[in-house]
Amino acid sequence: MKPTDAAVTWIEEKPLGLAERLYLPLFVQGLTTTARHLVSPKVTVSYPEQRPKVGNPLIYRGVHRLNRDTEGRVKCVACFLCATACPAHCIDIVATDSPWPDREKYPESFAIDELRCIFCGMCEEACPVDAIELTSLLDLTGKSREEMIFDKEKLLSVYDMTKDSEPMKSASLGGTL
Amino acid sequence: MNALTPFLPTIAALVKIGLLVGGLMTAAAYLVLVERWMAAWVQDRKGPNRVGIPLTKIRLFGLGQPMADGLKIIMKEDFTPRHVDKVLYTVAPLVILAASLAIFAAIPFGSVLPPLGIPGLPDPVPFLVAPGLDVGVLWVFALSSIAVYGVLLGGWASNNKYGFLGGLRSSAQLVAYEIPLGLGLLGVVLAAGSLKLDAIMNAQAESGIWYAFAQPLGFLVFFVASFAEAARLPFDLPEAEQELVGGYHTEYSGIKLLLFLVAEFLHMVTAAFLIVIMFLGGWHLWGVTGSGQEVTWLGALVRFGVLSAKIFGVILFFMLVRWSWPRFRFDQLMNLAWKVMLPLGIANLVTVATIEEFRPQLVAALGAGPAAAIALAAPWAVFFLGWIAAGMLTPSGTDNTPIRTHTMLDAERSLRGQDLVEV
Repeated sequence: MKPTDAAVTWIEEKPLGLAERLYLPLFVQGLTTTARHLVSPKVTVSYPEQRPKVGNPLIYRGVHRLNRDTEGRVKCVACFLCATACPAHCIDIVATDSPWPDREKYPESFAIDELRCIFCGMCEEACPVDAIELTSLLDLTGKSREEMIFDKEKLLSVYDMTKDSEPMKSASLGGTL
Repeated sequence: MNALTPFLPTIAALVKIGLLVGGLMTAAAYLVLVERWMAAWVQDRKGPNRVGIPLTKIRLFGLGQPMADGLKIIMKEDFTPRHVDKVLYTVAPLVILAASLAIFAAIPFGSVLPPLGIPGLPDPVPFLVAPGLDVGVLWVFALSSIAVYGVLLGGWASNNKYGFLGGLRSSAQLVAYEIPLGLGLLGVVLAAGSLKLDAIMNAQAESGIWYAFAQPLGFLVFFVASFAEAARLPFDLPEAEQELVGGYHTEYSGIKLLLFLVAEFLHMVTAAFLIVIMFLGGWHLWGVTGSGQEVTWLGALVRFGVLSAKIFGVILFFMLVRWSWPRFRFDQLMNLAWKVMLPLGIANLVTVATIEEFRPQLVAALGAGPAAAIALAAPWAVFFLGWIAAGMLTPSGTDNTPIRTHTMLDAERSLRGQDLVEV
C-alpha cells in the first residue's frame, strides 16, 4: 500500500511536552518502574522443588489414565472408538470376550505410545463410557522408548494415583456418570 | 633485610598489582553474575541461583555460577575462521584487556595504609600501584583510548561486515564521547588543581563538598559520557546484538571472546571508579571516614569499604539503567554528543573556571561564607539553565514524520524543502 492511498489514515504524533523535552524526568519515571520490578515478587517456578500450578486439572491434557468402575474393573469396553479417533495412531487395543455379564468385550491389552501421542484429547472425547481420560500429570519421563509405551496396568495405576485429586468426569463436566 | 631494602618499593608494587589484578578479575566474574541477577529481577525472574559448591548439593544462592560460566567458555573451542587476519585477530583481545588492566595502575582503590615502619617504603603507604605518577588522569584517559584499538582491531581483523560495522561505530562513538568526558574532567582538575586522582579525592575530603554537588553539570555530562565510553546501554551500539550480531566480537569464540567480555566489564568498573573518585568523594563520607592523611588500620579499612560500596552502587546503577532505557539510534547518539553534551560541558568548564579565577576577590569582598555559597549556587544555576535550554531548543530532536504526499511532484518538492500539499 502506497503512503498516498486513500485508505491510509495518518495519525499525528503528539508534540513533546515539557517533561519529555527535559528528558531526565521521564528517565527517572522509567527507572522507578525498573526499580519497582527489581523488588517485586518473582513469577519463576523453581521446578522440580516447586510444582507448576495447573489451572484446572479436570480439563488439563496430560498423561492418560484408564478408569475403573465401582467394582475396580477396567471401565473400557474395547469399542475401538478412541483408537479410531486418535490422529497419531498411538493407541493399540486387543479385544477379547468379556468375563463379566454386563458387557460383551473388554481389552485384553491396552497400550498407548506416549511418545507418539500429541495430547489432543480426542480419545477422551470419543470414549462412550468415559474409560480413558487425560490427567494433569505433565512431567512424563522415561529412560527408553519401550518404557514410554504405557500398558493397561500402568494406565490403571495412573488412575489409582490420581483418582483422589482428579475425580472422574461428572455429568456436569459433560461426562456420562 | 638490608639487601632487600632497595627492592622493597618494587615488591610493594608487585603485591599491589597482584591484589588488584586478582581482585579485578574476580570482581569482573562476579559482576557478570550480578548483571544476570539484576536482569532477572527486573524481569520478575529469579536468575541464576542453583550453582553452588561442586559435587555437593549446597547452592549458596548461585555463587558458584561465575566459575561454571568461566569453565564453560574456556573449555569451548577457540575457533579461528579462515578469512581473518590471524595476527591482529589474536592481538586484539590482548590489547583491549591489557589496556583496561593497565588503567588501574593510576587509580587509587582506597586511601592510605597507616605507616608500616619498614625502611625503604614511603609512609604512609597509598592504595595505588603507581603512587608517584603525577599525571594519573592523563594516564587513565590515554589508556582508555588505547582500549578502543582493541575493539577496532577486533572488528577489522575479523574480516566480517558486522564486526567491521561494530568497530566503526565504536571508533566514532568513542571519539565523540571522549570530548564531553574530557570537559567534565577538566572542571574537576581545575577545581582540585591536580591531575593526581588521590589528590582529587583528598581535595573533596578536605572541603567536604563532593564535586558532584559543586559541579552538577559536569557530573551529568561525565556520567552520561562514561556510559558511552563503557559502551553500556543505552549507548551499546558497537555490539548491538539485534543489529550487528555482537558487533566487533561476532567472529570470536572461546577464551578470546572471554577476554573481550572481561575487558568490557573492566571498562564499566573503570568508569565507576572514575565517577566515584572524581565526583562522589572517593573514600570520603561525612562523619564516618574523617578527612586527613593520618589513619588507623580500622580507618583505612573503613575508607576502603566506603569507596568499594560507592563503586558497587554506581555499577548497580549502570546495570539498572541497562534495563530501563532503549538503545539510541546512531544519529541520536551523535546529536547528543555534539549538540548537547559538548555545549553543556563547555558551559560547566566556563563556570568553574570563572569561579576559580574570581574566588579570591569574592572572598575578599564578601567574606568566606557568602563567597562559598555563591561558588556553590552559581554552578547549580548554570545546571538548570543549561538543562532547560538543552530541552527547549531540542537540538537532538529528529523529525521522524514520514513523507506523505499525493504525487511524485509533491514528494520532490518536500525533498527540496518546499511546502507540502495538504493531504
